[in-house]
Amino acid sequence: MTENTVEVKLRTGLQARPAALFVQEANRFQSNIYLQKDEKKVNAKSIMGVMSLAVRSGGTIQIITDGSDEEEALQALTEYVQKEE
Amino acid sequence: MPKVTANDLVEHFNLEVLAGEDEVHRAITTSDISRPGIEMAGFFTYYPAKRLQLFGRTELSFFQQLTNDEKQERMEKLCTYDTPGIIISRGLSAPKELIESAEKTGVPIMRSDVTTTRLSSQLTNYLEAKLAKATAVHGVLVDIYGIGVLLTGASGVGKSETALDLVRRGHRLVADDSVEIRQQHGNTLVGRPPELIQHLLEIRGLGIIDVMTLFGAGAVRPFKRIALTIHLELWDENKAYDRLGIEEATMKIIDTEIPKYTIPVRPGRNLAVIVEVAAMNFRLKRMGINTAQQFSDKLTDVIEEGDREEF
Repeated sequence: MTENTVEVKLRTGLQARPAALFVQEANRFQSNIYLQKDEKKVNAKSIMGVMSLAVRSGGTIQIITDGSDEEEALQALTEYVQKEE
Repeated sequence: MPKVTANDLVEHFNLEVLAGEDEVHRAITTSDISRPGIEMAGFFTYYPAKRLQLFGRTELSFFQQLTNDEKQERMEKLCTYDTPGIIISRGLSAPKELIESAEKTGVPIMRSDVTTTRLSSQLTNYLEAKLAKATAVHGVLVDIYGIGVLLTGASGVGKSETALDLVRRGHRLVADDSVEIRQQHGNTLVGRPPELIQHLLEIRGLGIIDVMTLFGAGAVRPFKRIALTIHLELWDENKAYDRLGIEEATMKIIDTEIPKYTIPVRPGRNLAVIVEVAAMNFRLKRMGINTAQQFSDKLTDVIEEGDREEF
């Protein structure tokens, strides 16, 4: 299991569209992936869960991955949320 | 761990703060409430300092009978640095010794107009709900004939689609995709949706749909006790699935064991019907009719009878 605390730099935070792309990215991996904000932890492969966190730009989240491709998944998702666009 | 402070009580119960205003953010860690009558009489061996303390008419009238030295000493012992707060009920006036001791250690003193027993039960209910252990589960919660059924399974297995089919059949959606679960009153699990996504369902290819506007107010529920979990998984040829229904598997959520069925998914299996029947059968079992067990008993009887005839 690996985890990483990252700052979300996406301009709109994890708004509906970016959240959908994030989930799409997460679904490419075999590992179990979770997203945690404060005390709330959700499955990163579920769009409703990710959107229910209402992550804003500049907020910090924890990405937790567990499985055969956990390293790649963590890196890809970290890169995605740190894109400034 | 959820946190409740004296300040939350002040706001929720409309309490008047008499002293210790600076310390209203002390955390209350237990839902137990203490009425420190025996402590006022001088017995402090088992004083539960970490609990919220409640003074009613009984405690305060007894207090008036003490000598001045005793009053001072008992109040100082009651106001510890651990005490999250002291509440006086019935709008009674606070003894000056209490206010003085509270100012020294910073214990918040609050007052309510409600009678002691009623206030005590209201406080307990509030604290139990607020301090309940909580978790979030990836799944869909539906109310089927009054049974709260939690559908779990990997992403894309068809949980939301099954929920949609169930709603079409007149059942109620509680939460899609993410269910917040609290353990209340010992071992009752209550699930509810995150505020932002309540009444919504996400269906691949359609996107987000609002179940309440589409199907009406009768198609949703704000929360529901979870009685059963059904795990959906892709059909695995090498795995043996339950054929009889005699053995009962369970799943642990927080500290509570919940009955669990595992249903394999394959194209052409109508999941909504299977889930609906699972809920009905579960209900039947709770009413004392266990078909699998009855059938097994009957089979045993027939086999034994056959044995006897042979002799």
